[in-house]
Amino acid sequence: MAIRTEPFILNMGPQHPSTHGVFRMRVTLDGEVVVDVEPVIGYLHRGIEKLGEARTYTQIIPLTDRLDYLASMTNNFAYVLAVEKLAGVEVPERAEYLRIIMAETMRIASHLMAVGFFLNDLGAMMTPVLYMWREREKLLDLYEMVCGQRLTYNYMRIGGVSHDIPEEFLPALKRFVAEMPGFIDEYDQLLAQNEILLARCKGVGILPKHTAINTAASGPVLRASGVKWDIRKADPYSIYDRFDFDVPVGSVGDNYDRYWVRMQEMRQSVRILEQAIPQLPEGEFCAEVPKLLRPPFGEVYGHIEAPKGELGFYLVSDNSIAPYRFHIRPPTLINLTALKDMVTGWKVADLIITFGSIDVCLGEIDR
Amino acid sequence: MTLLEQFRLWLGGIWPDWAAYVLPAVVGIVIVLGFVLTLVIVFIWYERRLLGRFQIRLGPNRLGPEGIFQPLATAVKILLKEDIVPAKGDKVVHWLAPLIVFVPVVMIFAVVPFGERAILADLNVGIVYVVAISSVSVVGIYMAGWGSNNKYALIAALRTVAQMVSYELPIVLSILGVVLVAGSLSMTQIVASQKIPFLLLQPLGFLIFFLGTVAEMNRCPFDLLEADSEIVAGYHIEYSGMKFAMFYLGEYGHALAYACIITTLFLSGWQGPLLPPILWLLVKIMAVFSLIVWMRATLPRLRVDQLMAFAWKGLLPMAIINLFIVAAEVLWLSEITPWLMVAVNFVFAGVLVLLWSKLFTLGGGRVEV
Repeated sequence: MAIRTEPFILNMGPQHPSTHGVFRMRVTLDGEVVVDVEPVIGYLHRGIEKLGEARTYTQIIPLTDRLDYLASMTNNFAYVLAVEKLAGVEVPERAEYLRIIMAETMRIASHLMAVGFFLNDLGAMMTPVLYMWREREKLLDLYEMVCGQRLTYNYMRIGGVSHDIPEEFLPALKRFVAEMPGFIDEYDQLLAQNEILLARCKGVGILPKHTAINTAASGPVLRASGVKWDIRKADPYSIYDRFDFDVPVGSVGDNYDRYWVRMQEMRQSVRILEQAIPQLPEGEFCAEVPKLLRPPFGEVYGHIEAPKGELGFYLVSDNSIAPYRFHIRPPTLINLTALKDMVTGWKVADLIITFGSIDVCLGEIDR
Repeated sequence: MTLLEQFRLWLGGIWPDWAAYVLPAVVGIVIVLGFVLTLVIVFIWYERRLLGRFQIRLGPNRLGPEGIFQPLATAVKILLKEDIVPAKGDKVVHWLAPLIVFVPVVMIFAVVPFGERAILADLNVGIVYVVAISSVSVVGIYMAGWGSNNKYALIAALRTVAQMVSYELPIVLSILGVVLVAGSLSMTQIVASQKIPFLLLQPLGFLIFFLGTVAEMNRCPFDLLEADSEIVAGYHIEYSGMKFAMFYLGEYGHALAYACIITTLFLSGWQGPLLPPILWLLVKIMAVFSLIVWMRATLPRLRVDQLMAFAWKGLLPMAIINLFIVAAEVLWLSEITPWLMVAVNFVFAGVLVLLWSKLFTLGGGRVEV
């Protein structure tokens, strides 16, 4: 006699230790096996896009801090780039270099969190996270030096940055850049050859190349699937064309590749920093821009390679002090759409780590 | 004759029979319970501090010297919490489960030898008793998962049963190796026969037993039933207050109990030069526990199918081979010198572990639905 069975529907989140915020998944399970995943988002919706339409161009900068709060600098960066493109503002050399330094340190800080919490999702009991926090803490100290904040920096301005760096900043940054490769080696030693990590991650949660492209995935998720697409190379913005760095690319698109790509990107960011610091010129840190900026009529899409993928801002100007339309292309929302394809047929534990390997940030998804 | 029996005989001379029978039992139980509860508190403190060291932080250090009173504060906090029973849960099962988890754990200590004659009950089948009693907790965990009417708890409960049943086999088989060499099932006899610790005599047996017990006590990397990143807290997700404290105590009690058993079976129990037996026992227990904490701090968790594969394809065949090797050695080698056996067994252990690490991989791969 066959036993009658029925699918088991489990609500994961919005309050769950590994949903990286307030994400909710309605998971249909067959025993331990995932049959269907339905993401439910919107628990952190603050209407940032609508709020932006009622604010001046400068007032929007603090709003962008609240998107991907683990990488606020790059959010600022993407937004001011879009506005500068719209208004045709020239940025001083020194500001360009400061922006690159901030963006690349932010990438390291964001990837540290991503890899650390990915390991936490694997069940590694906080140890990798705390090791990575040790370094992230140093970066947060650096940010505190330049802008007084540790999470929502509000550092970039249209036409430059808000403050010049204090004199103790560069020595601290140089020390960090010198130490960081050693720390990455330490993580590799702890993690890269770990039998359990390999068994859990290799071949799990595969995102094939064509699916990755079709879902418009970007960032480490796309590169892990073997697509060499990095906006810093593909559509160089700011002064990225002056630096020499590689784009690490995975082969299979499994969880291990996503982990590996992030580790390699940290090394590449250190490389960029090593080149940027000696070249940092003296001079103005912000261009003369009117406080109430009135860009000409028109629309613009500015995008950068944020730590989590392609972060884009779409702005429509009606020649007033506020944008007529303010739209954000959050990388992780779009990367998240591939989740179902990646986890169907795998176990619950694989669902958790695959979700962790996408490295979502709910501030950005719900906006 | 154990100390308690001696006490009873002495009392029998002055007191009526029934009192002379009851009082030593009560004294013994109180001493053992006191030992267990104190050591559990020390364990909780020790684990937190040690984890802190592993994770480049300090760990609790505010309350008392080196934070030694932190577990007491935790206990007070837990006990003051409201006791919540899920409205649609099975109330009786929900209420009974913590007891069924906790009591067997304490019962294991009845046969742990703390010194030459310091043992609560010197059963002639002590080790069989341990195996039997320790399996009872599974029922409690399953009841907790079922009675909570919670889906996470249910997943945890189902995982528990599979895990415990699988790891029982390699554990028992590796114990058989010890029993063959010791020639007795009694815990005191097993300790007495360890002129050389069985850790040296049966390294492979120790390895299998250790990994098996780590799985039995649901510690990392086998802590699937409370996998906090997957199923939140597993079977005790719906528990609070005193009932949760029972689970908490049961968990650390389990760790303590198995540390005692490992010490007794493989590390020559209370034996050791110079120091008094109880101190030797404590030192060895702490060493075993430190190893467990180290694993917890370092390793990620296995997946549920990998866990099963590890038990059935990894530990079980090794345990069977180990048993045959030990049996053959007891038959042919025991007359010569134990050190020959040590050498042979280390070679075998090395070869087998190497072979298994090559032949058997946990494997990622797609799971058959």
